Amino acid sequence: MNDALDVAFRLIVVFAVFLVLPLVIGQTEHKVMAHMQGRLGPMYAGGFHGWAQLVADGVKFAQKEDVVPAEADRRVFQLAPAVALLPYLLVLVAIPIGPSEGAVGQVVDAGIFFVLAVMGVGVLGSLMAGWASANKFSLLGGLRTAAQLLAYELPMLLTAASVAMAAGTVSLPGILNAFEWWWLPWQIVGAIVFFVAGLAELQRPPFDMPVADSEIIFGAYTEYTGLRFALFLLAEYAGIVVLCGLTTVLFLGGWHGPFGADGLGWVWTLLKIAVLAFIVIWLRVTYPRMREDQLQKLAWTVLIPLALAQIALTGIVKVVI
Amino acid sequence: MSPIPGSGLAKGLAVTLRTMTKKTVTAQYPDVQPELPPRSRGVIGLFEENCTVCMLCARECPDWCIYIDSHKETVPAAVPGGRERSRNVLDRFAIDFSLCMYCGICIEVCPFDALFWSPEFEYAETDIRELTHERDKLREWMWTVPAPPALDPGAEEPKEIGAARKTAEKLAAAEADASTPPGVGTPPGVGGVPPGAAERPADESGPASGQGGPA
Repeated sequence: MNDALDVAFRLIVVFAVFLVLPLVIGQTEHKVMAHMQGRLGPMYAGGFHGWAQLVADGVKFAQKEDVVPAEADRRVFQLAPAVALLPYLLVLVAIPIGPSEGAVGQVVDAGIFFVLAVMGVGVLGSLMAGWASANKFSLLGGLRTAAQLLAYELPMLLTAASVAMAAGTVSLPGILNAFEWWWLPWQIVGAIVFFVAGLAELQRPPFDMPVADSEIIFGAYTEYTGLRFALFLLAEYAGIVVLCGLTTVLFLGGWHGPFGADGLGWVWTLLKIAVLAFIVIWLRVTYPRMREDQLQKLAWTVLIPLALAQIALTGIVKVVI
Repeated sequence: MSPIPGSGLAKGLAVTLRTMTKKTVTAQYPDVQPELPPRSRGVIGLFEENCTVCMLCARECPDWCIYIDSHKETVPAAVPGGRERSRNVLDRFAIDFSLCMYCGICIEVCPFDALFWSPEFEYAETDIRELTHERDKLREWMWTVPAPPALDPGAEEPKEIGAARKTAEKLAAAEADASTPPGVGTPPGVGGVPPGAAERPADESGPASGQGGPA
């Protein structure tokens, strides 16, 4: 009975985080992007500097008609947003934010495998949407998503493997327990490769070729309306939370900080996630979209060799010490 | 080619970050009124007391958006035995702002300073016919006409003031000639007296009296 309560409580907390953090990041993106472009961003909704803009957007989306195109593969079309969104919720369960047993939804022994495998499922949602919409723009977007997934999953896996080698475990809390501060310079190349590949997998600008609105309308999401479209958007921001959380845990030492390691571990984790999320937004505002061939070239000729080099470096250092 | 690979990317990041710390350029218009530059062209006001129904504005208007109706009245002779005079009386003066292209030619061409630019611009309507402002409404806009902005330092003297000053100097010279015996001293107004120092405010109420709007 007590166990059931405990599980239920943890799930509720993870679910609350899953609902709140993406909205916070979305609102931050509104404001940061606006100010980086010399604008103010939302100013009206909620009264104070438009803090309730995303709530208002949600209400608007909920009011809209849920249209399924006549030629669409109905069930796959309707299922796709859930497939895109739920994996990020599952990943969030496994990310530890503090050193204690209570600061992680569920300790998964094969943490890295679980996390990367489930994150890959999220992209399936876009593929399903693209195929089921019976729309050429959706199909193009879906295929681009597939190509991008193929290209960027590999460097992500390789760099995660490098961290697992360094720690000697694939469990996420295990990796953090083994973390030393000098891992930071040691794994910095891997961290950058992981972060960039993760951005590409989330289809965030500058890697947003699959949803390039100036060429293929909105890629796989072209035919979606109302709440289902909102779920896709939410999946993107939940993906940012997950990516930043994973980068923090794997490469930036999670709850470790210069001071206050015992009680304030979760603060460090959240702080690092926030900084990384800011960088995600910053990159989006700064860089123009990459062309499809540039995307592939970056993955295969830059990121994968760098990831392999990182693994080699990790191996050498690991043997030496 | 940049000397260091990736320096262009870093420069881009620096630009966005610097912009974020700067003040935004967004004007929060309905909440904060814009600061309009002097001589802004918002709406045209009619100072109908100055209008003589000469029709120059209506005839010069490129898109014929000024409507003027008038009739003639006969004014009895001012002195016994004199001739009766006739005078134009304004019946209707309307500007259709749905046609107006804000060229300002009517204001330029008006010889009696009856038309003025006002910076008021919030007179949108839901019915296009409401945009034809009749005489009363055009007269109301006169209250919003600002005083003409001060001249730039070193600018040429306005023609009206120059003419008034010349007249004043001539008068002063004539008075001086009359009061002093001939041959003594130099005629004032040529070099000694500052240009119309005392006479100027009085003389300014000449043809330019409407310049500041109805005060």
